[in-house]
Amino acid sequence: MHRRKKILSTVIIALVSLIISCGQQADQNEILIGEYSSLTGTTATYGLSTHRGLMMAVDETNNAGGILGKKIKLLTEDTQSKPEEAATAVTKLISRDRVVGVIGEVSSSRSLAAAPICQANKIPMITNASTNPEVTKKGDYIFRVCFIDPFQGEIMAKFTFNSLGLKRAAILKDIKNDYSIGLAQFFEESFKSLGGEIVATQAYSEGDADFKAQLTALKAANPEAVIVPGYYTEAALIVKQARELNMNMPFVGGDGWDSGKLIEIGGESMNNSYFSTAFSSDDPDPVVQNFAQKYHQLYGEKPDALAALGYDAGLIMFDAIKRAGVTESSKLRDAIAATKNFRGVTGLITIDQHRNALKPIVILAVENGKLVYKETVQP
Amino acid sequence: MNQLLQQIINGISLGSIYALIALGYTMIYGILRFINFAHGDVFMIGAFVGFYSAPHISKLVGGSIIFSGILVMLLAMLICSLLGVTIEKFAYKPLRSRPKLTVLITAIGVSLFLEYGGQLIFGPDPKLFPTIVPSMAVVDTQNLVIGSNSIVAIVTAAILMLILRFIVFNTKMGAAMRAVSYNHQAAALMGININSIISFTFVLGSSLAAAAAILYSSVYPSINPLMGIFPGLKAFIAAVLGGIGNIYGAALGGLIIGLTETFVTGYLSPTYRDAISFGILILILLFKPSGIMGKFEAEKV
Repeated sequence: MHRRKKILSTVIIALVSLIISCGQQADQNEILIGEYSSLTGTTATYGLSTHRGLMMAVDETNNAGGILGKKIKLLTEDTQSKPEEAATAVTKLISRDRVVGVIGEVSSSRSLAAAPICQANKIPMITNASTNPEVTKKGDYIFRVCFIDPFQGEIMAKFTFNSLGLKRAAILKDIKNDYSIGLAQFFEESFKSLGGEIVATQAYSEGDADFKAQLTALKAANPEAVIVPGYYTEAALIVKQARELNMNMPFVGGDGWDSGKLIEIGGESMNNSYFSTAFSSDDPDPVVQNFAQKYHQLYGEKPDALAALGYDAGLIMFDAIKRAGVTESSKLRDAIAATKNFRGVTGLITIDQHRNALKPIVILAVENGKLVYKETVQP
Repeated sequence: MNQLLQQIINGISLGSIYALIALGYTMIYGILRFINFAHGDVFMIGAFVGFYSAPHISKLVGGSIIFSGILVMLLAMLICSLLGVTIEKFAYKPLRSRPKLTVLITAIGVSLFLEYGGQLIFGPDPKLFPTIVPSMAVVDTQNLVIGSNSIVAIVTAAILMLILRFIVFNTKMGAAMRAVSYNHQAAALMGININSIISFTFVLGSSLAAAAAILYSSVYPSINPLMGIFPGLKAFIAAVLGGIGNIYGAALGGLIIGLTETFVTGYLSPTYRDAISFGILILILLFKPSGIMGKFEAEKV
């Protein structure tokens, strides 16, 4: 009996030490940065874009000599587009790999799952594209480089009401998604305060394929515009099925629409739709054009907003490490919080006292199956 | 009123697709007395056959849309039939003399194998199903629009169900199927080759699932390796609702579930849609487990 216990404990110790030694050993000449990103799953194109942007920022920084005399090493975990995987991924990055900072995620639901873990471990996290206000409320170690939904909702409400001149809007939102619910709410508030009317609201769940029932119900309310604050896969299917039901009014969305897949899936039906986003590669600004050209050389395609945000999230993290002079978490946190008028490719970025980014917004339209740059709105 | 009419059209087009999948569940249950949980994943494979073959086939036959559409569907039906028969030969046949629960659990294993094997081979991200039927409005009035996709789905499903009815009730093979379903041993004593009848049933069921997949993906053109789970479950509910083992019941159950889901989504909230579908399953199992058209069978003791 005694011997058996002894063997058992030896085996357990051996296993544990094996697991520990499997973890990344921090090299003295490297700074470890963790990234969690949806490289597969329903929003795979988001994760791929932010990952490419971030890789570009890492390579550029390393080629310019690194920071604090060290090279940056990026460790990437896939979230498979699932919130529970996001929590596992950051736990792994923090407790096994011992990264000094975490970057990600695009989806607010996934960032909300990961943020409490970063906060509890006091590891600064910068989300590249989660626009739901709740994300940075999770604690003083959580930051973002994108705009927030109240701002986005307000701009899109103004755009629909003033620029398109439409007064009767209907909303079709994703009931299981924090981003979609938040954006729908902020749009509705702003639109009503402008004097507009929300004539109908319907809901769907991410992963649905059939939207005809909801669209038929919306059509009966006779809206002049339909707001779809969701992600590109569903948005494209929704607009496509709406056109089949002869609903030819403009469709309006947020930055969740910004993916090449939107037009690939929706095709010609996407014409006469508009969405707000952080970045357009058609923006004539020389900083943007320079970035767009380099990105095109590397990956053979134009960067979308998420690539640009991924790039900016990386640069802000590296800039803060440089200013902090150390990688100690509380100093790094203070340095990120002090970011002011940082010139990113998505505009001038200032982190405010709520750890949100103050920055401009871009409105794009789909015309003849192509994205067309409409306007840039300053905060 | 017009909204009601439109919702009915939406519901029938979804329901006729559920009905096609439900037929597969019901026929296999009728012959082997177990639920083939891998059926929804055979449906998924059908969609991917369409996804990979449609561009080549339309290039091969050129302009004719109807002809290439039929070819894509036939190819998907052929490949899924082979898959169905293979699954039966390797996973279910060796267990035929074992308790039904063993086969049932194996079926869940096959289902998981196809789902996650599919993620490995096809990739987990959703793919855009190519346009096989050009979408245009066939009926187009102020308030009612019936798209070509809905019409093709309803008409094709109806034709396939009529063909199935003919096979089961008017051919020798169908008579043999019904005999095997009635009593395995007696049918075998009458000189019916049980194995070939079971294979034939899998061919019929799987090819209907493949046809349903092509129709489903044409109406809802985003496909992924996990797409079979929910339509599979809904069709299972439809089969139980109609009376499992009963072919007319499966068709009726499919339509009822399709219409119910559409009405719940359109008039209540999509949040309740799945809850109500599964609620129907629970109610029917509690109060009339033989289903709407099924006959009551006393358990032999």
